Amino acid sequence: MSSKVPISHLRELESESIFVIREVVAQFENPVMLFSGGKDSIVMYHLARKAFYPAKVPFPLMHIDTGHNFQETLDFRDWLVKETGAQLIVRYVQDSIDKGRVVEETGYNASRNKLQTVTLLDAIEELKVDCAMGGGRRDEEKARAKERFFSHRDEFGQWDPKNQRPELWNLFNGKKNLGEHFRVFPISNWTEMDVWQYILLENIALPSLYFSHEREVFERDGVLYAKTSFLKMKETEVAEKRIVRFRTIGDATCTGAIESRATSVEDIIREVAATRITERGGRADDKRSEAAMEDRKIEGYF
Amino acid sequence: METVNTERSYLDMELLRFTTAGSVDDGKSTLIGRLLYDSKAIFQDQLEAIERASIKKGEEHINLALLTDGLRAEREQGITIDVAYRYFHTPKRKFIIADTPGHIQYTRNMVTGASTANAAIILVDARNGVIEQTIRHAYIASLLRIPHVIVCVNKMDLVEFKQEVFDAIQARFLEFSTHLDLHDVRFIPISALLGDNVVERSKNMEWYQGPTLMYLLENLYISNDYNQLDARFPVQYVIRPQSNEFHDYRGYAGRMASGSFRVGDRVKVLPSGFTTNIKGIDFWTDHLDSITAPQSGTILLEDDLDVSRGCMIIPADNGIKQGQDIELMICWLNEKNMIVGSKYALKHTTNDLRCMIKEVKYKVNINTLEKDYEDKTIRLNDIACITIRTTKPLFYDSYRQNRITGSLILVDEGTNITVGAGMIL
Ligand SMILES: Nc1nc2c(ncn2[C@@H]2O[C@H](COP(=O)(O)OP(=O)(O)O)[C@@H](O)[C@H]2O)c(=O)[nH]1
Ligand SMILES: [Mg+2]
Repeated sequence: MSSKVPISHLRELESESIFVIREVVAQFENPVMLFSGGKDSIVMYHLARKAFYPAKVPFPLMHIDTGHNFQETLDFRDWLVKETGAQLIVRYVQDSIDKGRVVEETGYNASRNKLQTVTLLDAIEELKVDCAMGGGRRDEEKARAKERFFSHRDEFGQWDPKNQRPELWNLFNGKKNLGEHFRVFPISNWTEMDVWQYILLENIALPSLYFSHEREVFERDGVLYAKTSFLKMKETEVAEKRIVRFRTIGDATCTGAIESRATSVEDIIREVAATRITERGGRADDKRSEAAMEDRKIEGYF
Repeated sequence: METVNTERSYLDMELLRFTTAGSVDDGKSTLIGRLLYDSKAIFQDQLEAIERASIKKGEEHINLALLTDGLRAEREQGITIDVAYRYFHTPKRKFIIADTPGHIQYTRNMVTGASTANAAIILVDARNGVIEQTIRHAYIASLLRIPHVIVCVNKMDLVEFKQEVFDAIQARFLEFSTHLDLHDVRFIPISALLGDNVVERSKNMEWYQGPTLMYLLENLYISNDYNQLDARFPVQYVIRPQSNEFHDYRGYAGRMASGSFRVGDRVKVLPSGFTTNIKGIDFWTDHLDSITAPQSGTILLEDDLDVSRGCMIIPADNGIKQGQDIELMICWLNEKNMIVGSKYALKHTTNDLRCMIKEVKYKVNINTLEKDYEDKTIRLNDIACITIRTTKPLFYDSYRQNRITGSLILVDEGTNITVGAGMIL
C-alpha cells in the first residue's frame, strides 16, 4: 500500500473503534461488553476479536435478558458464543421482578425495556464492573449525538449530560473514583449504513430476523409488531401473515417489523439507502416523548 | 429518490471530519441543516418531529437547529450547550461534523471539535464582516492546526449579493491571518438560507468563479493531513495469547500515530532506546507488509525487549524530542482556575504520568491576538503559554509537527475531570 493512498472510511472507523476497545482494556480492571444480539453489538464484538487476535477477547460479554427476546436472537447469541469461545454473563430482568427490585408495567403497551436499567445497574454493582462497553451510535438519536466515547457514570450509575468531560484528540480519560463506572461506546462514529457496509465487507453472520421472512404480525399506531406471547393484542387488532424483516432487534414488545423482500446484506444496503425513516422510527420505546432517550440514559440506560 | 451507492464505491469512500465555527445567529445551524437536507441525511420522521416541535413553539419556519439541539435543556433554552456530532455522506465521502456551540463555553467546545478535524468552516455574517469572534475562531483553527479552513461569508442575500462586500471581508481576513499559522484558507460567498453556493452554484453571484462548499468538502486533498515523515507507534497493549498454538507470540498492539512502518524496518523502542527490526505486522489473521497512520495493528519485533504500554516505537535513525521540562500552549477547560505550583495528572499518547505547573509565560488575548504578560490568572476558556515539569521524561514531537505525539491533556487529581488541553511547542 502506498502511503499516499488514504484508507477507506470503513477502515478508518474500524481502526478508531479498535483503538477505543484496546484503551478500555488498558485503562479498566473489570470491563464487560454489553451484548444484545443486535447488529451493533455483533459488529462491536467482531471488532473486539480483531483487536486482540490471536489472543482471546479479554473480557466477557454481558446480556441483560428481558425475557421478551425473540428466540432467534437467543439462538444466535448461543451459537456465536460457542463458535468464538466467548465468555457470556446473563442477567435476567425476571429476577429483578421476582426480587421486587422493579415492578412490571401493565396494559397493552407494557414493555420491559425500561426495567432493564435496574437489572443492568445491579449487575454492574454485583460484578464490580468498572466499564461497560455498549454499541450505541451517535447517529441513532439526538441525545446520543452528545455522548462521549468514554462516558462517566456517578456512583448511582447516572449520566450528567450537561457536565460531560471534554474529549480531545484520541486521549481518553477513564479516571474515576471508587464505585463509579464508565460506559464506553466504541462505534460512536458509525452510521447505520456504515454498520451494514462493514457487515458486508467482513462477511459477519447475523440473526435470521434481519432478513426477509414470513411472520404473523399486527399493526398498532402505524407500527407492525410480531405476534408473540409477550405482547397482549387488543380485540380490534388482527394478526396476519406478511413478508417482513427487522431493522433493529430489541424486545418483541417494542421493535417494529418492516415489510421487506431483502434476503441478503446487499439487499438490505439498497433498502437502507432508499429509506426515509430512521431505524429507531419503528421503536415504541423512543416514541414515548421527545426526551425519552435522554431520560432513560440519565438513569443509566444503555 | 436518492441514487443508491453501489457497494464498491461506498467501500472506497474517504472520511472527512470538520467543525463549524461562527457566532450566534451567523447561520451555523441553518448551514448544517442544509448540508444534511441536501445530502438526504435527514429522515422523514426526524423532519416531522422537528416540524411538530417548531409549530408547538410557534415558529414560522421549520427550525433546523432542533435537529442538533439534542438535550432537553438545549431545546428549552433554545441554545446549543454541548458539541454534537452529525453524519452525512455523498457518493464521494463520508463526513463527520462536530457542531460546536457558542455561548459560555465557546473556546472549550471549539477546541474539542477542532482537535480531530481535517477542516474548519468559519462563518462570517456578510453584514457584520470580520468581528472579534472571527479572529478568535481563526486563531483556534491555527492553534489546533486544522489543516484546511473554509471561510463562508453567509447571508449574501442580505447584502444584495455584492462582490465588493465579499472582497472586503476576504481582504480583511487575509490581513489579520498573516499573523496566524494557517496554510489552506478558502473563501466562499453563500446564502445558507437560500442555498446559494452550498450545494448548488449560485445564480445570483455570477462573479464568483470558485467551487461550492459541498464541492470543496468533497475534494479537499486530505491525504497529507497526517504527518507522513515521522513514523510513530505508541504501544497501547501487549498481546500474549498464552495458548499452545501461539506459545511465543508477543505482539505490540497500537494505532500508527503518523508515518508508516514496513516489515524489516530498523526501529528504536523508547524509553529504553534499544534497537531491533520489525519482524511482522499483524492485523487479525492477516500478515501485512506495512502499516500507515491511522491504521491499527500489532507489531512484532525480532528481539525480546522489555516493551509495555506507554512505550513508543520509532525509526532507529529518526529523532524525537525528550525531556521533563515542557513548554506548551494550554487551553483551560474548567471553571476552577489553573494553579501554578499545583500537580495534575497528565495523559500523552498511551502514557499516564503527573506534572507540576511551573510558570505562566503569557496569556493570549484571543480577540486581539496580543500577548498579555500581566494578567496570569488562567480561567475557563483561557489560552496561555506555560511550562510544566513531568515526573518522568516525555517522548514527544512539537504539536506543529505531529498532532498526536504533540498533544496532551491535564486531569484534576481530585475530581478526575479533564481540565486542560495542551499543545507542545
Ligand atoms: N437572510 C438570511 N438569513 C439567514 C441565512 N442563514 C441563516 N439565516 C437566518 O439567521 C438566523 C440565525 O440562524 P441560525 O442557523 O440559527 O444561526 P446559528 O446561531 O449560527 O446556528 C435564522 O433566523 C436564520 O434563518 C442566510 O443565508 N440568509
Ligand atoms: Mg445554532
